[in-house]
Amino acid sequence: MKIIAFVKNWYYRRKFKRRNRSIGGDLILILVLGFFGIFSLFPLLYTLTSAFKPFSEIFMYPPKLTVENPTLNNFFDLGTIIEDFTVPFSRYAFNTLVITGVGTVGTVLLGSLAAYPLAKYEFPGSKLMSNIIVYALMFSTSVTAIPNYLIMSALGIIDTYWAVILPAVGGTLGLYLMKNFMVQVPDDMLEAAKIDGCSELGIFWKVVMPLCKPAWITLVILSFQQMWGTTGGVFIYSEELKPLSYVLSQLVSGGISRTGVASAVSLLMLIVPIGVFVFSQSNVIETMATSGIKG
Amino acid sequence: MAGKKESFATVWRKHKYKYLMIAPFGIIFLVFTLLPVLVAIFLSFTSFNMVEMPDFVGLENYVKLIVYDPIFLTAIKNTLFFAIVTGPVSYMMCFLFAWMVNDLPRIPRAIMTLVFYAPSISGNAYLVWKLLLSSDSYGWVNAWLLKLGVIREAVTWLVTKEYIMPILIIVQLWLSLGVSFLTFIAGFQSLDKSLLEAGSVEGIKNRWQELWYIILPSMKPQLMFGAVMQITSSLSVSQLSIDLVGFPSVSYAGHTILTHLHDFGNVRYELGYACTIAVILFFIMLFCNIIVQKLLRKLG
Repeated sequence: MKIIAFVKNWYYRRKFKRRNRSIGGDLILILVLGFFGIFSLFPLLYTLTSAFKPFSEIFMYPPKLTVENPTLNNFFDLGTIIEDFTVPFSRYAFNTLVITGVGTVGTVLLGSLAAYPLAKYEFPGSKLMSNIIVYALMFSTSVTAIPNYLIMSALGIIDTYWAVILPAVGGTLGLYLMKNFMVQVPDDMLEAAKIDGCSELGIFWKVVMPLCKPAWITLVILSFQQMWGTTGGVFIYSEELKPLSYVLSQLVSGGISRTGVASAVSLLMLIVPIGVFVFSQSNVIETMATSGIKG
Repeated sequence: MAGKKESFATVWRKHKYKYLMIAPFGIIFLVFTLLPVLVAIFLSFTSFNMVEMPDFVGLENYVKLIVYDPIFLTAIKNTLFFAIVTGPVSYMMCFLFAWMVNDLPRIPRAIMTLVFYAPSISGNAYLVWKLLLSSDSYGWVNAWLLKLGVIREAVTWLVTKEYIMPILIIVQLWLSLGVSFLTFIAGFQSLDKSLLEAGSVEGIKNRWQELWYIILPSMKPQLMFGAVMQITSSLSVSQLSIDLVGFPSVSYAGHTILTHLHDFGNVRYELGYACTIAVILFFIMLFCNIIVQKLLRKLG
C-alpha cells in the first residue's frame, strides 16, 4: 500500500509541475506512442534479427521476430561474396568516402558561405535570391535528372565523382537552414568584429560559423545521410567508381537464397547513419527549431 | 535597397564581398538546379533522342501526353491519390507524434525521436517490407494471417492490383517522419514556456486547448516548412514503387508520374517526351506548394 501511495504522490507532484495534463490523457498518449512506435520499429528489428538468423530459421513457419540460435554465418557469407567481386570491396568503400566527404564538406561550406550575406545584409538582388531559394525547395531534384545528365555530359563530368557531388551541393535545403539560423546572430557582434578590423570572410569564419555550430553539424548529418545513400544511378556507370550503397543494394535484390546476407547488408548500411544521428541528436534538434518559413 | 538608382559599379564596390561569397554556391545552383529546369522546359517542346539534335515540335508532346497516353493518366491519378493520402496524413503524423513525444521526459523523448526518425534515414532498409509481405507462407504477414485463420492461402501482396497502392502508402508513411518531424520536435522544444504558463492562468484547461490556442499559432513558420517537405516528397515517389512492386507494376497499379518519366527517360530514350512529363510534375509540385502555403498563411 505504501508503494501505491508513493507512486500516487509522485505522480501528482509531477502533474503539478506539468499544467493541463490529465492521467487519462497521459495513458492515451503512451498507448498511441507505443503502438506506432512498434509499427515504426518492427521492420528494422526484423532486419536486425534476420541478419543473425541461421538459414533454417529464415524459412521457418511461422516466422518469428526473435532468433533462437543466433549465428554470424550471414556476415561470413557476405565476406565470401565480397571476396569474389571483380572490383575490390575497399575500392567501393573509398568511393563512398570521397563522395560523402567532398559532398558533405562542399554542401556545408558553400551553403554557409552564401547563407551569411543573405541572412545578415540587404543588397541589390538579395530579396530575389532568398525567394528563389524558397521556391527551389518546392520541387525535388528528380524532375531535373534528364537535363542534369545532358548538362553534365556537356561539361564532361559524367562518370566522375562530380556527377553526384555537384548536384547535391547545388541543393538549397542546406543554405536555407543555415540562413534561418544565421539570422539570429546578433548584429552587435558583427559590428564589433568589423571595428576590430575583421574582413567579411574573417567575420564569417571566426564569428558566425562558431556561433552556428549546431546548424552546420545538422547540415553535416543531413548531407551525410543523403550522400551515404546515393547509388550513383546513371551518372556513374564505371564499376570501379560506384559507391558502397550501389553494390550493397545489388546484393539485397539478389533473391531468396541471399535473404540472410541481404539482412546483414541492410543492417550494416543502417548502423552508420543511425549512429551518426544518435551521436548528434541535440544539435540537430536545436537547428531545426529555426527552419520555418516566415508567413 | 536604400538609394533609388545606383550604378552597377557603385553596387559592386559596396557589396563586392557579399556577391563573391554567394558566387561559389550560386554558380553550382544555377548550373545544376536552375538551368536544368529551363532546359527541361525547352526540351519539352522538342523531339529528342540524345543522338540527333532536338527537333522543335511545339505542343505535340503535351497533346500526346494528355490526350493519347492513357498510362500517363493512370500515373497522374495514382500520384495524386498517393499524394493526397500520404501528404496530409504524414504531415499530421509528423506533427502529432512530435507533440506527443515532446510531452515525455528527456530520455524516453530521445529514444522515441530515434524510433520514429530511424526509418527515414535507413537507406534502402525498406526492402525488408518485401520480406514481410513475401507472397509465400514464409512472409511474416501471410504466415500470421494464415495461422490466425484470417486467410486460407497465401496472398500475393505485391502483385495484386488492389493491394499495391495501399501497401505503397503504408510504407511511405513509415518512411515519412523525416526532416519535418525533427523540425516540429525542435519547434516544440524552443516554444516560449511563459506562453504556456500564461495560458493556464488565462483558463486553458487541457492539452488540446493548449495545442490549438497557443502552440499552433506560434509554430506557423515550422508548419509551413514541414508542409513543403511533405508535399514535395509525397509527389516524388518512384524508387519505392519500383523496388517494392516492380516496374512496370501489375496493371500499372503502382505507376506514378516519376516512374512514367523513368520509363521514357531511362528505358526508351524519348527525352523530349520525358521532359514534358518532368515539366508537368514540376508545375504540379510548385502549384500544390504555393496553394498550401497560401492556405496556411491564412489560418490563425
